[in-house]
Amino acid sequence: MDNSQENPQAQKVIITACDHNNQLAMLLEIQQLQFIAIELNLYLDTHPDDQQALMSYNSIVPQLKQSIASYEQLYGPLFHFGLSTSQLTWQWINSPWPWDM
Amino acid sequence: MWIYQKNLEYPVKVCGPNPKLAKVIITQYGGPDGELSASLRYLNQRYSMPTDKARGLLTDIGTEEMGHMEIVATIFYKLTRGVSPQQMEAAGLGGHYAQHNHALFWNDANGVPWIASYVQATGDPITDLTEDMDAEQKARSAYEHLIQLSDDPLVTDVLRFLREREIVHFQRFGETLNDVQGFMNSKKFF
Repeated sequence: MDNSQENPQAQKVIITACDHNNQLAMLLEIQQLQFIAIELNLYLDTHPDDQQALMSYNSIVPQLKQSIASYEQLYGPLFHFGLSTSQLTWQWINSPWPWDM
Repeated sequence: MWIYQKNLEYPVKVCGPNPKLAKVIITQYGGPDGELSASLRYLNQRYSMPTDKARGLLTDIGTEEMGHMEIVATIFYKLTRGVSPQQMEAAGLGGHYAQHNHALFWNDANGVPWIASYVQATGDPITDLTEDMDAEQKARSAYEHLIQLSDDPLVTDVLRFLREREIVHFQRFGETLNDVQGFMNSKKFF
């Protein structure tokens, strides 16, 4: 039964749950891209002349940056200490911590 | 300098509270072969490494291990969230509760606190890189034992990820050991 019209509070709860799922999905994309970057980074540490691995690494960097920028626009900064900007009020302490997601 | 990134390296979900599983998994937080030992060992050994490859790899794996410590902490946190003191005690975490309530602490599975002698830095790069390979294998074994003990498929999934990382690290340390051996041999004159 769709009672969202009679109960605006219920609709809000549904949207919040949906938004949380979207947040986790966007975060998962970042985690997947960053995993590729970490794996290639360690490989390149011991194979610094592997041109193909280097090309793969370099191609991941702009994708990861783009995913992080899209996420941060919706859900606040993933980085502190001058690497991400914030809206008012200071967003760093307002977004959920990783262990609570 | 280190910068914090406000997400886990790998997502952690659990099926529900499970203090019994938390009690054994804590060893990968603060046990001899756990992630605290790993990250501190590698980051501390960097200063006496003779090659940039070795310095780079120890920096990067040491940093990844800090991320793994956060993953293990998150598993323990989620498995004990909302668990009563009585349930903690029934799961063998009575001592943990008495000393730390629901807080995290660097214990092994038997409640023995972390000590610095779990790690070594001899200043001999061959010895230290060999210790690092050994440490990765011990961590792999520990994760395999935890996978055997786990009755939570979502936690098992994370443990499998962490186990695989130990195998990759072992491989990279082996390559670095070969490289450093070559470097050291090239420096010797008989």
